[in-house]
Amino acid sequence: MNATYGVIAITLVCLVTLGIGAFGLRLSRTTSDFYVASRTVSPRWNASAIGGEYLSAASFLGIAGLVYSLGADMLWFPVGYTVGYLVLLVLVAAPLRRSGAYTLPDFAEARLESGVVRRLCAVLVLGVGWLYLLPQFQGAGLALQTVTGAPPWVGGLVVAVVVLANVVAGGMRSITLVQAVQYWLKLTAISVPAFVLLWLWTRAGQPAPHVPGSISGHEWSHPLSGFGGREHPVYATYSTLLALCFGTMGLPHVVVRFYTNPDGRAARRTTLVVVGLLGSFYLFTPLYGVLGRIYLPQLPLGARADSVVLMLPAAMSPGLLGELLSALLAGGAFAAFLSTASGLTISVAGVIDQDLLRRRLGALTGGDAAGVQGFRLAAVVAVAVPYLLSLVSGGIGLADTVGLAFAVAASTFCPLLVLGVWWRGLSTVGATAGLMSGGVLAMTAVLLTVFGGVRSGWAGALLSQPAAWTVPIAFAVTVIVSLATPSRVPRGTARSMVRLHTPEDLALDRSALARDRSAHAAPPQGDASPR
Amino acid sequence: MSANGPQPPPRRVRVTSPRRDATLRGPVRPLTAEIDERTGLGEVYMAALMRAQLRLGVSVLLATAVLLGGLPLLFLAVPGASEVRVGPAPLPWLALGVMVYPVVVVAARYYVRHSERIERDFTDLVARR
Repeated sequence: MNATYGVIAITLVCLVTLGIGAFGLRLSRTTSDFYVASRTVSPRWNASAIGGEYLSAASFLGIAGLVYSLGADMLWFPVGYTVGYLVLLVLVAAPLRRSGAYTLPDFAEARLESGVVRRLCAVLVLGVGWLYLLPQFQGAGLALQTVTGAPPWVGGLVVAVVVLANVVAGGMRSITLVQAVQYWLKLTAISVPAFVLLWLWTRAGQPAPHVPGSISGHEWSHPLSGFGGREHPVYATYSTLLALCFGTMGLPHVVVRFYTNPDGRAARRTTLVVVGLLGSFYLFTPLYGVLGRIYLPQLPLGARADSVVLMLPAAMSPGLLGELLSALLAGGAFAAFLSTASGLTISVAGVIDQDLLRRRLGALTGGDAAGVQGFRLAAVVAVAVPYLLSLVSGGIGLADTVGLAFAVAASTFCPLLVLGVWWRGLSTVGATAGLMSGGVLAMTAVLLTVFGGVRSGWAGALLSQPAAWTVPIAFAVTVIVSLATPSRVPRGTARSMVRLHTPEDLALDRSALARDRSAHAAPPQGDASPR
Repeated sequence: MSANGPQPPPRRVRVTSPRRDATLRGPVRPLTAEIDERTGLGEVYMAALMRAQLRLGVSVLLATAVLLGGLPLLFLAVPGASEVRVGPAPLPWLALGVMVYPVVVVAARYYVRHSERIERDFTDLVARR
């Protein structure tokens, strides 16, 4: 494959990202502040921004790879990614905005009036964030390898450096507009080649998918057939769906975006648009997996299924057209890695800085450590850990790793948010116990899957798709322990409920949560302007 | 109330209740105060709002769960369903790859409309007094 166009596209995306980062501080002081102050970010722009940040390596490359290698059951992944926003909309969107929380730990502390729960949430944000960052670096390595033949660690390093430079400069992510444009860029990058390739396929007489080793790809195209050696496909399907549907609300970079909405009503309308935008994007991704089955029946030696999106144009149309389409896809994929990784890095670094580092630094230097320095140090940690992990953990598909991040989020933050929003009986002890049990169980399952290698039989199925048992356990533990400790229900619960559920146009006392926010939850320094 | 015929009406007399503060108390206390002070009445209003919203949300979720969650069961129970083809695409692929998304958007839209209505009604109710 001629690498020139691909390299040009990737370089262009990286340079534009860096350029925006360099001017980001100035821009964010004007544009973003202006937006938030005057409350004029329309739901449509806000939704585009959420979409721009949410569509990651897993969406851009991973889904096609899964569909290519494992067949029809994998169509549930994009469905789950989308339905997750419906669940978020229905259960927490407006209350989350009304809580005024800027991060998940903020919400936990405001609702439960407890520093312990806050710190526990901070640790969990780290876990989920890193698990989600890992496949972004892996995907970048894979994409660069496919386009140029560079070793896998190079692509990840490129993304890590660009993201870090940006975050340290305080740039890119602060601007709603840029993230919104990212969405449309990604949609273009995935849809235009899809239309061209579909046209080529139709012109070639619509050949059918071909799966080596099975007759006419019957098992591959059948749901729940267990194709590709997947055991217990029914359990795996439902468990994945559960994780994706209930995990979205607990992703650290999603919550922040709800803060930009002027009020609860706008938060709902934004989420509605998000559902539509994601649905439009996911119409295209499985096509690449299917066309891959037709035109790339056998992957080249050493190539991973996740790179099928990038190899397809050249396989279908060798020559200039194929190369240009490949370049467009590679650029779109890098845009996906960069935007998602930036959003996650900001969230994770903010938590490291605020909840873990600042106190230590303060103790070491007697309170002299500058806030910005702390945030920069935190950003380095936030990026370095998952990058190094991405080098040692191989063999799991991009969308699978992201699925595990969703499983952890669903087993921890989902019970906290849902019960915190709807149940007056939630006690501090109950929330702590629920977070601990869900977090420990889900994280153990994840670690055993990623590093341990238990991948067969019921044990393998239960560990690689843990949500179906960890989510109910976490809910049950939270409720039972809360019922057993009624004296530890936060005193401000009734006021919290007023704040979370009443429309903003009523003049009511919403002070309880607001006071907590201003006291403890100031946005991190490097990211000072609320978006 | 003045059906006194052609003669000029008698001089108007001010009639007052001996318990004047009792008549004043009602209109002065708005429902927002009941909610702020967490009186029994305020709590009833809050509980009603939350119950209405939760019921709406749960029904939308249940409907979606039955529609989507039923698909794998359908494919399991009726193996023939996976064989049906619409044009070049098998039914499961069309259902999961395309048809799901409009359904989810419609569900989301339904929820947004109705939940805004619940809030409007609540505002009208509370602000009216």
